[in-house]
This record gives sequence, C-alpha cells and structure tokens, in this order.
Amino acid sequence: MAENSNNKRRDFLQLSTVTIGAVGTAAFIWPFLKSMNPAEDTIALGTTEVDVSQIEEGQSITVKWRGKPVFIRKRTKDEIDEAKTVNMSDLKDPEEDVDRVKKDEWLVLVGVCTHLGCVPLGQKLTDSKGEYNGWYCPCHGSHYDTSGRIRKGPAPENLAVPPYSFLNDTTIKIG
Amino acid sequence: MSGNSEPRKYKNPVLNWIEFRLPIISYFEKEYGDYPMPKNCNYFWSFGALATITLVTMIVSGIFLAMNYTPHTEMAFDSVERIMRDVNYGWLLRYIHSNGAAFFFIIVYIHIVRGMYYGSYKYPRELNWILGVFIYLLMMATSFLGYTLPWGQMSYWGATVITNLFSAIPFIGEGLKTWLLGDYTVGNATLNRFFALHYVLPFVIFGIVGLHVAAVHVHGSNNPAGIDIRSKNDTVNFFPYMLIKDTIAVCVFGVLISAVIFFGPNLMAEVDNYIPADPLVTPAHIVPNWYLAPFYAILRAVPDKLGGVALMFGAIAILFVLPWLDTSKVRSCNFRPMYKWFMMLFFVNFFVLGYVGMLPAEGLYLLIARVGLVYYFGFFLIITPFIGWIEKPKTLPASISDVYLGGGKESPLPASQKEIH
Repeated sequence: MAENSNNKRRDFLQLSTVTIGAVGTAAFIWPFLKSMNPAEDTIALGTTEVDVSQIEEGQSITVKWRGKPVFIRKRTKDEIDEAKTVNMSDLKDPEEDVDRVKKDEWLVLVGVCTHLGCVPLGQKLTDSKGEYNGWYCPCHGSHYDTSGRIRKGPAPENLAVPPYSFLNDTTIKIG
Repeated sequence: MSGNSEPRKYKNPVLNWIEFRLPIISYFEKEYGDYPMPKNCNYFWSFGALATITLVTMIVSGIFLAMNYTPHTEMAFDSVERIMRDVNYGWLLRYIHSNGAAFFFIIVYIHIVRGMYYGSYKYPRELNWILGVFIYLLMMATSFLGYTLPWGQMSYWGATVITNLFSAIPFIGEGLKTWLLGDYTVGNATLNRFFALHYVLPFVIFGIVGLHVAAVHVHGSNNPAGIDIRSKNDTVNFFPYMLIKDTIAVCVFGVLISAVIFFGPNLMAEVDNYIPADPLVTPAHIVPNWYLAPFYAILRAVPDKLGGVALMFGAIAILFVLPWLDTSKVRSCNFRPMYKWFMMLFFVNFFVLGYVGMLPAEGLYLLIARVGLVYYFGFFLIITPFIGWIEKPKTLPASISDVYLGGGKESPLPASQKEIH
C-alpha cells in the first residue's frame, strides 16, 4: 500500500515536472518565433493615392502599394462586356465582375499572380495579354481575363482586389 | 611530477599529455590512420572526401565574403559589385563561392549516385543514408538562401516563387509565408534573415557531416562488390593508401574547378542576376539553379498548385525511405542484372528532368517533364520494391579478395548477405 502511493507520488512529480518544463520551453520559444512575423512598422497600413486623370481608355498603370504592384486599368467598352458576359461555370474561381469593381471602367487589382507570386504581363500595350485579353503570367503560364479572373493555368485564384476608394472622379486611394 | 604515471604511447610528450586528457589523438589515428578501407574501392569512394573539402572551402570563402557584404535591399547589390571590382581578390572569393556551390552539388550528386548504384544505403548503413539526405536537403536550403543575397532579379524572383510554395498549404499557408518573409512581400526583413540563416546553416551541415562520417566508420565503408569485409586481407589502411588516392582525386578536382573559376566563372550563372532586383518586373523566365532544376520541373509538371508543391517535396522526402523500399538483399547493382538498368535510367531521367526544368514549361518540354515525373516516382514506389522479388542476382564473390581471383563464379555462398557479418 505504501509502495503504491509512493509510485503515484512519483508519477505525479514526474508528470508535473515535464509539463512545467514543456510549458516553460514553449513560452520561451514564442517571442523568438513571433519576432519573425512582420514588424509594427511593416504592418502599419500604407495608403497610396493615385491620380488617374491621365489614363486613356484601354490603358493601364502600375503603382506600388505595400511593396506590391497594383494594376489600374481603364477598361474599354468591349472589355467590360467581355467580363460581364462570362458564364460562371467556365470559371475556376467564380466571381461576378460587378463584385470586383466599384466603377465599371476602372479595374483595380493586386498585380501578383496567385500561383507563385510573379507579376503578370499585360500592362504595356506591347505585352502579351494572354488568351483572355487580360493578363498573362510568364512564369508558369496562367491566363487572366478582363476582370482579372483566372481562366487557364496553374493559379488557383483570381487576382486579388485591394481595398480602395474613389476620393473624387480622378483620384483613387488604395489601402 | 604527474607525467611519470601517465601512459607514454607516443614519442612526442605533448601528444601524450593531450591524449591522457582527451583521447583525440588515438581517435583520429583509429578513424583516419588505421581505418580499414575495402581494397576494391574505386574513385567513386573519393567523393565523400571531395565533398568535405568543398564544404570547408565554401565556409571559408563565405566568411571572407561576409566581411564585405551588406544585407540591405538598398545596398546588397552594390556591395556585391564592390566585392567584384574594388575589394582585393574579391572577384576570386566570389567566383570560388558561386562556382564552389555548383561543384559541391556535382560532387554530392556523384556521391549519391555511388550510394544508390552500389547499395550503400542498405543494412546496416540506413541511418547513414538518412543523415546524407538531411545534408542534401540542408544544402538545397542553404544554396537557395545564398542565391537571394546578391539581390539581382533572379535572386528576388527566385525567393518570391520559392516562398510562395508555402502559401499552397491549406489554411496556414499565407500566414506561414508571411512569417517566413517577415513582410507581405520579399523585402528587407527577408534579406536580413536569409543572410543570417545562410551563414549558420553550413555549420549545421558541418555537424551532420561529422555524424555522417562517424556513422559510416561504425560498420566500415561499402565497396563496389557490396559485400562485407571478412578479414584483414580484404582491406587496406586509410593511411597512406586511401589518403593518396583521395589526394589525386582532389588534384583532378582542383584543376577542373580552377578551369571554371578562371576561364568561365559565369558559365553556370544566370545573366538576369546582374540586373538589380525590381519588385515590379518579373523576368520572362525564372530559371532555378541547375542543381535544383529537376525538382522545379516536377513542380511545374503538375497543373495544380498544391499538387505540384506536394510532389516536389515528396520527391525529396521519398529518398529518406529508400532503404525500406528496396527489397533485395544484394547491395551492388553489379550483381543485379535487371535493377542495374532501371537504376541507370533513373539517373538519366533525373538529368532530363533537370534539363527541362530550365526550359519553359510548355509543349514538348512539359510532356517530357510529366513522363520524367512518372518514372521518378515509379522507380521508387514500383520498380524498386518489385524488382527485389523477381530478380535473380548474380552469384556474389565469397570475399573482397576473391574479386581479384576471378571470384564469384564458383562461390558456394548464396546471394543472401544475412550470414555474412
């Protein structure tokens, strides 16, 4: 009987020692791991204001926001129609065009391919725009349409739409 | 006088003094002097020594480069150019380091081919093989980190593509990627930590190399016949025989690497990396270093992001279990008439994968990559286990000495290695 209770006592001591040791180690490691996450100054949300008055229909510009390229395209009538008439069942990541724009002629996208992070081509007039007249990622061959939606290739998702607002008719604030 | 009672093993009293307090002298004597090497070992057995020497060269040249390098996005590219133009012999240090990395991989690939062909990964050297795969994995990580440091276009976009691989992991992927980068894109925080890790990982590799060597010395080296050492007649001492042989190998290697360092230092470099990193413009073709290209080919051969990433890492992970996938008891492919050819085809296939991994992933290249991918996994998961059961191995020589007496033909021993030990 005395033997038995002694064993239980041993088990308890061993278990509690190991538990406290493990919790302590984890608590010690946490700040080190956490220090690798983005620092406060990096998180501080940058905003970028862009004057879009000089952009002609069919043209695109690239601006930098949070270190990433942001595409702003003033779409032509044809491009808008193309984006609106797509059958949802043809899309890999189905999303209506109206849900991706605030004004039909202005398309604002984060210009980072959702596959492995390359910047797709299609901003310059001489660039290949891919098979769907939007953007084409040269790294691994993803094709995006005139709404920035993935149509063909390895990318899993549509090009992201950043948070933005129109300050007035010719100024967009991103972020 | 304490020295009087201490054993006097060596003529030199300093050695005796050290030996009594730390028996390191006798350890090195045992492991690198009297260590018995199978006498039939060919020059393939010199590549372990070559790899060790290259590792040391990389560490030394890297430390001296670090004295002149600045890990900051605004200054990294210029500091590398300064090393090339202004630092005394900086060009030499950098070309030794960049070409040394490529040659390190050439050597290690030959070392791995040796281990696979002659069955060095089998009982009782499985742990040795696992340590080796760890070293290979760490080498890939280290070379990737190091490739980021010059902060050219390939550095930046290579880092972007590889870190984005982690975002394919469901649920935690994006967070993991951000944690690895320390930013939302590859930025200054990323460059800083990559430099820190690139500096420390080679020392980790060095430590594991120590274990790798210690482990092989426990049961002794394998040999081209793949049979165990049975008597003193089967071996020669490491010193001087193997040391001389390895020295010749090092000399030949020195000539080859010098030829590249001095006459073609950029042969294996990508020209785009001499353009400073630009986060807004992706190069038309992101080309990995050739020594990582086979895995890049596997990544691109799969038309699904998560699938591609899983198979790419799977291609490396599967190496760990090779000792248990192989069901044959015969080590050396010299005595395995069927497996030998599949093994050779595997090497050719790996080379072809590397070749298409550096070309655009479209049309015929994509098709070749897919066929190569199927063979890569088929070799490990189907061919290797099944051949072991159906193949009839040739008769093994009774002993290593017998190899030189035309042994093997009349040997009464069965192919099984079990009783030899």
